[in-house]
Amino acid sequence: MIGKSVQVFFKLIQREILLAIRHGADSCMIVLFFVIVVVLFPLSVGPEPGILTRISAGIIWVSALLSVMLSMDRLFQSDYEDGGLDLLILASQPLELIVLAKTVAHWLTTGFPLIVISPLLALFLNMDTSGYSTLLIALALGTPTLSLVGAIGAALILGARRSGVLLSLLVLPLFIPILIFGVSAVDAALTNLSSKPQLLILGGLFLTGLVLCPWASAAALRQAAE
Amino acid sequence: MFTNLNFSINEGEVLYLIGPNGSGKSTLLRLMAGLLNPVNGVLTWNDKDIRDDEGLFKSRIHYVGHQDSIKTALTVEENLRFWAEINSDIKEKSTVQEALEQFSLDNLSTLPARFLSAGQRKRLNLARICANWAPLWLLDEPSNSLDSDSVNTLTAAISTHQKKGGIVAIASHENLDVHSNSLDISMFTNFKIKSRDYDDW
Repeated sequence: MIGKSVQVFFKLIQREILLAIRHGADSCMIVLFFVIVVVLFPLSVGPEPGILTRISAGIIWVSALLSVMLSMDRLFQSDYEDGGLDLLILASQPLELIVLAKTVAHWLTTGFPLIVISPLLALFLNMDTSGYSTLLIALALGTPTLSLVGAIGAALILGARRSGVLLSLLVLPLFIPILIFGVSAVDAALTNLSSKPQLLILGGLFLTGLVLCPWASAAALRQAAE
Repeated sequence: MFTNLNFSINEGEVLYLIGPNGSGKSTLLRLMAGLLNPVNGVLTWNDKDIRDDEGLFKSRIHYVGHQDSIKTALTVEENLRFWAEINSDIKEKSTVQEALEQFSLDNLSTLPARFLSAGQRKRLNLARICANWAPLWLLDEPSNSLDSDSVNTLTAAISTHQKKGGIVAIASHENLDVHSNSLDISMFTNFKIKSRDYDDW
């Protein structure tokens, strides 16, 4: 039985990634959005390196938050529209597992590319090189939590009008703790302090989200199917 | 929506749900699938409440709804194979190829599903339920947008399923040529709209 669950888990991730590759433009657009938002800041606050260095971690985190948000509404929407959601609920595997597989696939196709490109953006913003590794670790711990929390919002908005705006209102406030600890981890590293406490908290948030979020999302999906 | 509705279906039986539009045929099928929860009453399988082991019950049913649950970016075969692999037992060999041939989709198997016509999409959705075994089929308007050949294929598939001891519940306007019982659910429909419930529209 467990063997079957594992098989379904990976089958689903495989299909979601295949779909993301076939709809390649979607993932590319999210990454480009991330880059453009970051690039807007030097244009608006001025190219003075001192200011950019100081706010670089914040800019990258806020842009990552917005990019993940933007990609979130499609997570369950297409399954809801084509009737696949009913069949996923009717699969003999627990819906929580299916939700988790979709969330993992979402992170692999959006969160992961953002992490990969972030050092380049840190370079644009003249961030001190001592912050790079912490930025990467913080993003690696934080973006999966964004996907997990965002999945609850994505499940709740199914069937709603103006769902994109509603999703931001639901989910962005929940992203705030991740933003605070993500930015302060990088700031600590830049001022030669230990960033371990912040990273541990990010890790704790991730583990808590990993356990709780799929249950909440699955409950919201069952509600949406009724 | 329904009151005093009570029925049972045995192995090898086909139950036709009949009734005018809006009488609740689809709702009843969704209830039977466990997608909706009854306000009152229970659904049982061999006298056991289906809620006792939902995973087991879900592995026993195939549901065909109004929508075709097809991913347009995947090919016909990829669509079918995904559901067959999700639903089949780890030991069971799924019969994706046979199901494609049965619904004459084998020559389209590498075509991206976005090029399919409405009838072909329906056939792909029906091939899904033939690709692996589940005793109870719940079919909501399965013959919509099918041509006469495909309707015959569907009828044959239902008869074969019946002979293997399967159970089928169908909601349909067209009469399929299968040996069946029918249940007119409009007699049980008790659907009152209270206008104040809809104030916030």
